[in-house]
Amino acid sequence: MSTAAAVILWTGATFYAIFGGADFGGGFWDLFAGDPGKGERPRMTIQRSLTPVWEANHVWLIFILVVLWTGFPDAFSAIFTTLYVPLLLAVLGIVLRGSGFAFRKSVEGLRERRAAGATFALSSLVTPFFMGTVVGAIAAGNVPAAGDGDAFSTWLAPLPLFIGAMFVATSAYLAAVFLVGDSRRAEDREMEVYFEKRALAAGAVAGIFAVVGLIALHSEGHYVYDRLVHEGLPLVIVSAVCGVGMLGVLLTGGRFLLRPLAALAVVAVIWGAFVAMFPYLLPTTMKISEAAAPDATLSAIFVVFGVACVLVLPALFLLYFLAQSDMLEHEH
Amino acid sequence: MPGLDAIPLAASATSNLFAAREQMAFTLAFHIVLACLGVALPATILVAHYIGLKRDDHDAIELAQRWSKAMAVTFAVGAVTGTVLSFEFGLLWPHFMERFGAAFGIAFGIEGLFFFLEAIFLAIYIYGWKRLPPWAHFWAGVPMFITGIGGAFSVVAANSWMNQPQGFALDAAGKVTEVEPLRVIFNPATPYEVPHMILAAYMVVGFLVASIYAVGMLKGRRDRLHRLGLLIPLTIACIATPVQLLVGDTAAREVAKDQPAKFAAMECIQDTGGHQTEYIGGICTSSGVKLAIPIPDLDSLLVGFSPDSKVTGLNDIPDDERPPVNTLLHLAFDTMVGIGSALLLLGLWLAYSWFKKRDIPQTPWFLKAVAVSGIGAILALWSGWIVTEVGRQPWIVNGYMKTSEAVTDANGIWGAFIFTLLLYATIGTVAILVLRRMSRRWREGGEGTAEDEPSPYSPEEVGV
Repeated sequence: MSTAAAVILWTGATFYAIFGGADFGGGFWDLFAGDPGKGERPRMTIQRSLTPVWEANHVWLIFILVVLWTGFPDAFSAIFTTLYVPLLLAVLGIVLRGSGFAFRKSVEGLRERRAAGATFALSSLVTPFFMGTVVGAIAAGNVPAAGDGDAFSTWLAPLPLFIGAMFVATSAYLAAVFLVGDSRRAEDREMEVYFEKRALAAGAVAGIFAVVGLIALHSEGHYVYDRLVHEGLPLVIVSAVCGVGMLGVLLTGGRFLLRPLAALAVVAVIWGAFVAMFPYLLPTTMKISEAAAPDATLSAIFVVFGVACVLVLPALFLLYFLAQSDMLEHEH
Repeated sequence: MPGLDAIPLAASATSNLFAAREQMAFTLAFHIVLACLGVALPATILVAHYIGLKRDDHDAIELAQRWSKAMAVTFAVGAVTGTVLSFEFGLLWPHFMERFGAAFGIAFGIEGLFFFLEAIFLAIYIYGWKRLPPWAHFWAGVPMFITGIGGAFSVVAANSWMNQPQGFALDAAGKVTEVEPLRVIFNPATPYEVPHMILAAYMVVGFLVASIYAVGMLKGRRDRLHRLGLLIPLTIACIATPVQLLVGDTAAREVAKDQPAKFAAMECIQDTGGHQTEYIGGICTSSGVKLAIPIPDLDSLLVGFSPDSKVTGLNDIPDDERPPVNTLLHLAFDTMVGIGSALLLLGLWLAYSWFKKRDIPQTPWFLKAVAVSGIGAILALWSGWIVTEVGRQPWIVNGYMKTSEAVTDANGIWGAFIFTLLLYATIGTVAILVLRRMSRRWREGGEGTAEDEPSPYSPEEVGV
């Protein structure tokens, strides 16, 4: 039963990584789009694909937090009493990002728009980085079960820092691929080429960080490393195959498999981590079953999750449908 | 350097407790106003929208449009300040979550669901101006109204549980071992705390929105749009107010029964017994209330409908279980009740004038009263939360866990708090500036400007 709750937690993490990641990545490309003249078109493209779905992406984070503190209160406390520094920096990024987003359309004048936009973009970099260090510190086994681990040495280590960098690169890569897809559908050749280049670069960088991270994992997170290259190997292979396949589609100018392949490459890594950490939630200090709340609480989480699927998915579909049909309508 | 020793560089438990409580209070006070807008603005918008469609009233439609665009901004900021609160549970109160998260957390799962749905339907509603058929668009907005109330219910049920915890069993170490989710959510404080907060949200939003138009009318903008913009929210708030006073009265009686320490502190009652005096205002001391207006027997009368009704005094509460700062609690309670009563009078004034001559009272004093009612309602809201939260101290889970046991041992809580103050001050200022500019643009642009107002949720105009 506790494993099922952990699966729900990971499902939330998967959605957050894909949609939230692409969202952060959008901010990343916004940040590096250059001066207002040159950067206007890419910024418009980014904002157009981000706007209708931003809040929905953000909700996954709340979902993860709620499932963690309700379903696995001990793990929640251990993580928050140990890694409060990067968590604080991540939430700072979220505050700046959210308010920059809320205000940037409504403020007048180029300078203020740029200030709000820059806040939004800069925090898109900060948040995934520090989230990555939190995940890296957990994977490295640096979070003691009783909590109150060292406030700095737990995450200021090679593995957490590499994972932080990998999160940023992966977000940038996901966003670029999604934006290539958007541009191809809109038959915007210029933006297509623009984001293709960036998707390739970010993909390469993310790949390098993944390899370096794996080496760091070997030395810092033995348990997770061993399981990742044994039990988790199929998923690692799936991820690699998707990554390469995606590259092929990108170079040949296809559009249909582009997003699924890019997303699947990331999904496979996330579930590879689940398999590699199993049966631990905090390797190797706290097992999923040890961290879990009483059964009745877990059942309540299942019920809420079930109701959410029934109510939220159709509503979300309606929103995406309306947003997409509107864009199409404008193009003709 | 001996002087440096005086600076508390390391975390001490007491210092952390105070800093963490102040930070929580500040961020909650900021968020609760935005939360009210998320709970009660949808109904206000939909009433204007309905009137607009039914009577083909362009002014009403224009108002619904403007309010929905303003709500998009406050909702986006509220989502952020709400996320901060989620992080604070872990960053400030990790031991509370560790011990009671399995029970306390459940309601937040439900809240998350409602929040998600409200975000989606707000986006659809904003999107729908110009794009959806008129009545379909109206109905697409109705889920916002339902999810707003559902979200308020879930969060306040969680807070009620902290006041009246039940539905769980503890092991020897004090950790939750068994949970009955329905008893956690429907605890004895839920039936009065939830309606009290939902009505408060409607009062805050109604008076706040009306006060903006009252200021406009005082500046001489006495067109139909301003009149409607004043009347629609003000009517909603004035209907909510008398109901609120009844609910609040019931809530106070329940608190007297279930949380005698909180009640004794907010009423400054020292000795247990009948014939308790109701003190209005004043300073609470252990030897009685100074500088207050005393009304003999009224407190007993309010608690048990008889002057003989026994009320517990602070002397019967163990020292280490008494709420701190009694005067603050007492004055906060009096402020809430006082403002609530004044708002009731305002409503009666409006009702009298409306039934007599189908118009708002024709004196600038009425508009001036409405103009301050929004701030007044927010002050009452904050005062009410001070009574609930400070009055529960020293407990975080009433009778089970002290707040001092829940707080983090982390360093730097004071620094984080000061930084939070500055950050929120900036966000608050920018939010108000943005809303003011939106309103100025609409005023200058005339009808239809709000339709094209960009908002965080509106789809981008392609090719513009």
